Amino acid sequence: MSVQAVDRPRSTPQSDRPSLGRPIKGPSALGSSPRRLWHLTWTMARTEFKLAFFGSALGYLWQLMRPLMLFGVMYVLFVYILKEATGLYYGAYLLMGVVMFTFLSEASGGAVTSLLDRENLVRKIEFPRLAVPLATVLKALFSLGLNLIVVIIFLFAEGGRVQWTWLELPVLVLLLVGFAAGLGMILSVAYVRYRDVRPIWEVVLQMMFYGSPIFYLISKVEGHKLLGIKASYLLMANPFVAILEQAKHAVVSPTYPSAINALGGGLLILIPAGIWLAVIVIGFFVFDHEAPYVAEQL
Amino acid sequence: MRDDSPPPVVVDRVHKRFELPREKVHTLKERVLHPLRRSAVDVLHALNDISFAMEQGEFFGIVGRNGSGKSTLLKCLAGIYAVDTGAIYINGRMSTFIELGVGFNPDLPARDNVLLNATMLGLSPREGRKRFDSVIDFAELGEFVDLKLKNYSTGMMVRLAFSVMIQVDAEILLIDEVLAVGDAAFQQKCFDEFERIRSSGSSVLFVTHDMSAIKRFCDRAMLLERGHMVALGDPEEVGNRYLELNFSEQARAAEREAAEAAERFDEEHSGENGAGASGVSPLDPLAPAAGPAAGAETPTDPATESGLDPSEGHRTPATDASREGDGAAQIIDAWFEDDRRERTDTLYSGRSYTFVGRVRFRDDVENPLFGITMQNGRRDNVFAASNVWMQPRLGVFGAGEEVAFRIQFDNALAPDRYRVNTAVAHQGGAWIDHRLGMLSVVVTGTNVSGGLVELPYQITVEHGQPAPTSEPVESAR
Repeated sequence: MSVQAVDRPRSTPQSDRPSLGRPIKGPSALGSSPRRLWHLTWTMARTEFKLAFFGSALGYLWQLMRPLMLFGVMYVLFVYILKEATGLYYGAYLLMGVVMFTFLSEASGGAVTSLLDRENLVRKIEFPRLAVPLATVLKALFSLGLNLIVVIIFLFAEGGRVQWTWLELPVLVLLLVGFAAGLGMILSVAYVRYRDVRPIWEVVLQMMFYGSPIFYLISKVEGHKLLGIKASYLLMANPFVAILEQAKHAVVSPTYPSAINALGGGLLILIPAGIWLAVIVIGFFVFDHEAPYVAEQL
Repeated sequence: MRDDSPPPVVVDRVHKRFELPREKVHTLKERVLHPLRRSAVDVLHALNDISFAMEQGEFFGIVGRNGSGKSTLLKCLAGIYAVDTGAIYINGRMSTFIELGVGFNPDLPARDNVLLNATMLGLSPREGRKRFDSVIDFAELGEFVDLKLKNYSTGMMVRLAFSVMIQVDAEILLIDEVLAVGDAAFQQKCFDEFERIRSSGSSVLFVTHDMSAIKRFCDRAMLLERGHMVALGDPEEVGNRYLELNFSEQARAAEREAAEAAERFDEEHSGENGAGASGVSPLDPLAPAAGPAAGAETPTDPATESGLDPSEGHRTPATDASREGDGAAQIIDAWFEDDRRERTDTLYSGRSYTFVGRVRFRDDVENPLFGITMQNGRRDNVFAASNVWMQPRLGVFGAGEEVAFRIQFDNALAPDRYRVNTAVAHQGGAWIDHRLGMLSVVVTGTNVSGGLVELPYQITVEHGQPAPTSEPVESAR
């Protein structure tokens, strides 16, 4: 569908004559009732999660298996073979990174095809379109919640303690959810137009995995430069990395640098924060603009 | 209810068009390589200037053929598509049933699916749970509540979906042919339910291509064709208009096909001398008892054909128009005319019509037979007429002579499309010219009894003792 070829006028209600009922304006991102948006998002996410949960005999274990296997491989590699593990509670450190990245990858990767996967809904009923990518993110959030419990268990097993800073975790998770939702909104409608968004996004996720201090410490890149910019700045510009660093600092051990410390300056935190905000705002506007036409373009 | 409250549905000059890219540019690479190229777009005007208003408590039907825009209109009403210009106003809680069981998941038990579907249709999860029991009661599926949906039969699934649907107490129902599924008994239950909903003051808008449903249930109907509103009003009239449209379109398509087939035939056979005129149709009343006169000369000979055909301005040949016979005479034209002697393709039930066939003789023929048969859509010979029993015999027709034979009849045929075969034959049955599917006509009528023909009849119902001449209570036709 060409963007610039023909401009499509939006519906123009002539006047709000009281003698007529409420105007039907076609589908939108948010719909008329936030409650309905929430009900739908919740119901869809819950159903999907339940299906994944009860789909096989081992149910939830399989859900957990993917991040755990990845974690296991890297743990063996870095602790016993490369002997690179230097930080405190390295197991929990690594697992925290894997679990959070798994969330981002599941939420955004699932959102890419979400509108197409739910074609039968999108083409058959009117509902706030935003519920579709949000449900994907919410479903991934359910998994994240369970996976974080495993992180905590691991942390205790390695000798970690409960700290007050754990209270930051819900806020950090919320920030992460916002970032994933922003990406999900852009990716889901982009995929409706361009089918190669999916392989591209897979590559981007792959890059993001190695470009995040998941198995290495951020201090490893200290002193390296890329295109004349400090490598740590480049890494930390990614909101995911900033949230991850802060989570490790708050949950795993305060010996890991906080996001601000990792950047080496208070105001520099505005860079990932700005990008975070931009992704959400742009994501919403793109989605809102496309939402009325998704049903016709599928 | 008929106070000053606004109408439940108002559609005001709605236009909707779709852009169909000729070559779908779906990859970023193409975008990047040709950033300025505008992809060619076919614009499909799915809806053109549609306006109507439903009345409170009305059962309103929208009928149209495939691609007429009826589903698009319904989706605009439902808010699934945004209209381009114009506006739609809805007064009241609306529920749309474009598909039964939206969001159903086969891997979940009925309980979860009911809640899921109810949420999709606009209930809150709490309302959904509250109504769960009445849903199951209506669907009569109490013992299967915990069975996964994939183990349900289609009928059970439909019942479940429909039961959820009617739990959404809507004041306006939009329904899209959902009733095409399910068995007859359940369909009846559905319609009873719609009746109940309507009698409670709700309005129903029903989209279908099934004319009989429109006639049975609707107070008013609208006919869409290629995105335009063709008719609006009495379901009976709209239904007939639809039938005409349908058949005339079929006939046009058939004509195109026939023309193409004839062209192909001419190309393939231009050098050959007419083979394959077998000449016998064992089922035909005019069929010869003896073997056919070997096809000496096919009537499809291009030279004679082109010389004779220009007069056939009005005829509409059917798809499989074919021809056989020895060519001693040719049927050069045929048509139906009404009692004002005007040619027509559409025959109304109960009126008088005359078939006219023009025949030109090329050889002398003694006592020829003229006749027609009319076949309905199922290829039953519903009507056959000829001079085979006529006395006295016609005598000899000389070469070069031209005759017209006329068959006048009162149209008792049931509404359908009819294929008309025309024939001239020798005494004894050998074909002179037998044209299969020479004409195609449509019979339309307001009475659809379901019989093969619509014979005029009287029906009387009497109370008490049989008395042959008492007053009829009801009579039709």
